[in-house]
Amino acid sequence: MRERSLGSKVFDAANHFVLLLVGIVTVLPFLYVISGSLVSSEELLVKKVVLIPTHISWDAYRYIFSSKIIYQSLLNTVFITVVGTFINLLLTTLMAYPLAKKKLRGRNKIMLMIVITMLFNGGMIPTYLVVKSLGMLDTYWSLWLPIAISAFNLVLLRNFFQQLPEELEESAKIDGCNDLRILYRIVVPLSLPAMATFALFYAVGHWNSYFSAVIYINNSNIWPIQVWLRQIVMLSTGGFTDANALSEVVVPPESIKYAVIVVAAVPVLLLYPFLQKHFAKGVLLGSVKG
Amino acid sequence: MNRTMARNEEVPQTPLSKPIERGYVKQLILDIRREKLLYLMLLPGILFFVLFKYLPMLGTVIAFQDYQPFAGIMKSPWVGLKHFHRFFTDPVFWMLFKNTLLLAVYNLIFFFPLPIILALMLNEVRKQIFKRFVQTIIYIPHFISWVVVAGLTYTMLTTEGGIVNEAIASLGASKVNFLLSNDWFRTLITSQVVWKETGWGTIIFLAALAGVDQQLYEAARIDGAGRWHQLWHVTFPAIRTTIVLLLILRLGSFLDTGFEQIFLMLNSGNRDVGEVFDTYVYTSGLLNAQFSYSTAVGLFKSVVSLILVISANALAKKFGEEGVY
Repeated sequence: MRERSLGSKVFDAANHFVLLLVGIVTVLPFLYVISGSLVSSEELLVKKVVLIPTHISWDAYRYIFSSKIIYQSLLNTVFITVVGTFINLLLTTLMAYPLAKKKLRGRNKIMLMIVITMLFNGGMIPTYLVVKSLGMLDTYWSLWLPIAISAFNLVLLRNFFQQLPEELEESAKIDGCNDLRILYRIVVPLSLPAMATFALFYAVGHWNSYFSAVIYINNSNIWPIQVWLRQIVMLSTGGFTDANALSEVVVPPESIKYAVIVVAAVPVLLLYPFLQKHFAKGVLLGSVKG
Repeated sequence: MNRTMARNEEVPQTPLSKPIERGYVKQLILDIRREKLLYLMLLPGILFFVLFKYLPMLGTVIAFQDYQPFAGIMKSPWVGLKHFHRFFTDPVFWMLFKNTLLLAVYNLIFFFPLPIILALMLNEVRKQIFKRFVQTIIYIPHFISWVVVAGLTYTMLTTEGGIVNEAIASLGASKVNFLLSNDWFRTLITSQVVWKETGWGTIIFLAALAGVDQQLYEAARIDGAGRWHQLWHVTFPAIRTTIVLLLILRLGSFLDTGFEQIFLMLNSGNRDVGEVFDTYVYTSGLLNAQFSYSTAVGLFKSVVSLILVISANALAKKFGEEGVY
């Protein structure tokens, strides 16, 4: 091996340094809100801005969880996410499987019908009017059904099913299995890694979604956490009117906002290691064509 | 890469112009009888696309009506191009056009090159542990909701105790009202996109870079190429087609400024530069109940987007790429 030149070493050092800096800039906002949510009112009063609290105080969390709003909306979001993801997977799989059959008559016409929806859509108002006329306003159906199938994921899953060896299905068919049984006994188990990827992406989508709820849901009792987060942090209109006053401690309003942000972001951060295992594969399944 | 291309090949070639053979419907009915279950499995999906995709497409006809909720589409009076005329002659049209265009241009100039540069930098790292560590961190923001991102922005930039303004104040300068200012809006939006999506954007380039034949570097080194030469003559050509393709796709979705993101950052202080087509549809349509007018605005945007996507795709095919659909 040749000795590496000085220029090469300088380049490496600078490169590592800049990448490290990029990493720090990425995590800094998280650290800022997390420590902000754990700071005590006395410390905040003295220093105004605290990057690392000397004394950890859970008052902000105790305060927001003493109100019904946060845990109720967290429960709502969990429910929306679990049921929504189930509907997504069920409908996407059911449709992708027949479309993966090359012999299916009419398959290309249905594919065209799906691809058209990726290029053109009716827009916000006509969709709203459809949802409204189906009587789904102020119900979770409005959050689940209008996005039940992502056309993009459907095409990806169909492509994935097409790669599976046909022999397996044929032998099952000879043994008297019908198509539905083949799907959930053979095809789905064989596609578990792909299904897990789709499930995670659908789930993160549901957890993070807020705008559908802003449009379709007026009843604040069934709002997801993201909508409350917007009310509390950005509009400052989300009063914790029912919060336990905690008479002996004063919780700074900033800390309350920080705590709500952390609570809304943490579940996704906990899912992240699982996501990370799968997403590179999942993303490349479809998007790299060049 | 070639394998992925081959796999997806059937998708784009949907025989639209092929004449329907005689007896096709008869054959189809026979097939449906024989493969009842398979066609039954398609049914919920088809119902979904009809209800939530095609029905709203038909619903856009209210752009040519004075739609009244109680009369419905059938009984509302037809008014031709009235709403389009109103929109195009309203000064708000040019405001929306300019705002959307500027945000898109900002995005193209300040965001688009960053994932490429970052991927090239990551590619130069030899310690795999360090590379994976940085990757793990920079992908995180992609999974964070826009509400949380906006929340982080608000809490950091607010004039009431936000860290940035406290720092400015401690330097003796006067506080800057970033959140309520026309001057800072585009910078804020673009910075948010940079923070949230730069890391994630590297994936596609890193995948292309992973496919580079290591022997090419060997050969370049033997020919006396330094690191810059290797970077320029071996690494960069490997991702050039990906860059061109992504650039073309970006042009195809030029009007799609992130709606959720902008909606969250909009307020009375920055509406003049922040309002874009989508947010305008929301405020005029759902908040002010001008259903027909806002549908006309939305339809205009959809049609322009469609034209852009189709031309972008044609362009991509010209460059020898497969295209998106």
